[in-house]
Amino acid sequence: MLSKYSLPALHVAAWAPAAQIAYWWFTGQMAFNPIQDLTFATGFPALVFLVLTLAVTPANTLFGWKWSIPLRRWLGLYAFFYATAHMLIFMVLDYGFMWVDMFRQIVEKQYILAGLGALLLMLPLALTSTKSWQKRLGRSWKDLHRAVYAAAILAVLHFIWLVKADLTQPLMFAGIVAVLLIMRIPAVRQWLSSLRQKAKRRLATPQLKTPTTTQPAPPEMGE
Amino acid sequence: MKIRPSEITPEHEYFNRPRLSRRRFLQWSALTAGSAALTACAAPAPAPTTAPEVSTDELKDELGDPATSYDAITHYNNYYEFSTDKQAVAALAQNFPTSPWQVEVTGLVNNPKTYGLEDILKSFTQEERIYRLRCVEAWSMVIPWEGFSLSNILNEVEPTSDAKYVKFTTATDPLTMPGLSSPWYNWPYTEGLRLDEAMHPLTTLATGIYGRPLLPQNGAPIRLVVPWKYGFKSIKSIVKIELTAEQPNTLWNTAAPTEYGFYSNVNPEKSHPRWSQATERRIGELGRRETLMFNGYQEQVASLYDGMDLSVNY
Repeated sequence: MLSKYSLPALHVAAWAPAAQIAYWWFTGQMAFNPIQDLTFATGFPALVFLVLTLAVTPANTLFGWKWSIPLRRWLGLYAFFYATAHMLIFMVLDYGFMWVDMFRQIVEKQYILAGLGALLLMLPLALTSTKSWQKRLGRSWKDLHRAVYAAAILAVLHFIWLVKADLTQPLMFAGIVAVLLIMRIPAVRQWLSSLRQKAKRRLATPQLKTPTTTQPAPPEMGE
Repeated sequence: MKIRPSEITPEHEYFNRPRLSRRRFLQWSALTAGSAALTACAAPAPAPTTAPEVSTDELKDELGDPATSYDAITHYNNYYEFSTDKQAVAALAQNFPTSPWQVEVTGLVNNPKTYGLEDILKSFTQEERIYRLRCVEAWSMVIPWEGFSLSNILNEVEPTSDAKYVKFTTATDPLTMPGLSSPWYNWPYTEGLRLDEAMHPLTTLATGIYGRPLLPQNGAPIRLVVPWKYGFKSIKSIVKIELTAEQPNTLWNTAAPTEYGFYSNVNPEKSHPRWSQATERRIGELGRRETLMFNGYQEQVASLYDGMDLSVNY
């Protein structure tokens, strides 16, 4: 059932951040600094979806959730969608195509460089996300798509470098990304896989119980 | 531009003046149609009956830019003792006790004194001062404060010849300030000025906005306004003013000394290490605007820093 409904459910859930932005906009909650609010409201879901794409393989390793695998392409594309909106807000709404100012910002300010780097890494991944590209690239496709690891690290750095002092959320994401990447290290992955196999075996084959039947009393000695 | 309190546009006229922009319309439809939970706005919803007498002189700063709306000023606040979410502060701060209130003025002075708020309001004439406030995060507002020059109080207490700096301390009320439990900040919030900066006529102790007493989210009942410096220097809800010989520690300078200097004069040529200070967003406007040296108060304050290298003394 999860396999059947998970993708449609994802498509609905993926538009929730956009719906929330619309709700905030029309209830005047973005009235004061709309560009700042929109920038964060698009950046945050981009990061969340990026982290979710990284979570698919570990979820499969640890829990055997095969239904999550077909979701991964869409998780990645939604991450790219929100990240692109995030960047367009910066370029168009915020800097209004003031290219010189913007270029200086990008080059001088490392948090912007990190963010741009993350987005640029996601671009070829988005473009080659289709099955036909998968066929065309064969084995290289998997290598190319490992760039998502770098994209996630850059996205987390982007977040860390832009907050003023309270690093709670950025560090949380850093921790999650670190764990998800560690779970891919072959030795760790094998160990987790074996944990899962052991758990599966224990759940599948319960201990045989010795039947408690009354046995005839042993003949008394010496009779 | 000094305006006498009697010249201030009456509130019902101000809130009833005709609105032309679509953005304002959206704000109003949100205010009147939105649920009560969204904005704990203290302004009463106006009910225009007859065509109001509208003053064509909207409040403006001396450069001709309009004052930011009262709604924005009271609902977009950096006051981390309550929340780091700017739009959440107003609701969280509403129970902050602002009365009775005392400001202790002490340290290297001949006449230390503890002022009750009523003493301050009675002894010192509150004037309207329309100043720009430029946050270090690169957004800004134009705020019509009610207040008076800090020098008035400093002259009364008479700093000794050893006094070189003024240190300010904000109230801490664990009962109403959830942010005090945040480990990222070294409470209580403190700030400081050089004595000559503190004595400058522009340095204001503010007690009101738009002719009304300050609301907690804006630093009630009395706060500092130093318009040529980044907003975090304009410390809120002051309980203590102390004259010192040594440069005081400030919360932000302690938190990140390479990012928040003691002076923190608005300076478009000196970037924050992680973002530029060359432009800013004026709340209420869509585009960015150029940041002005000393936030546009260069003429009045530049002489305070003659001979200082402002890229080093940031």
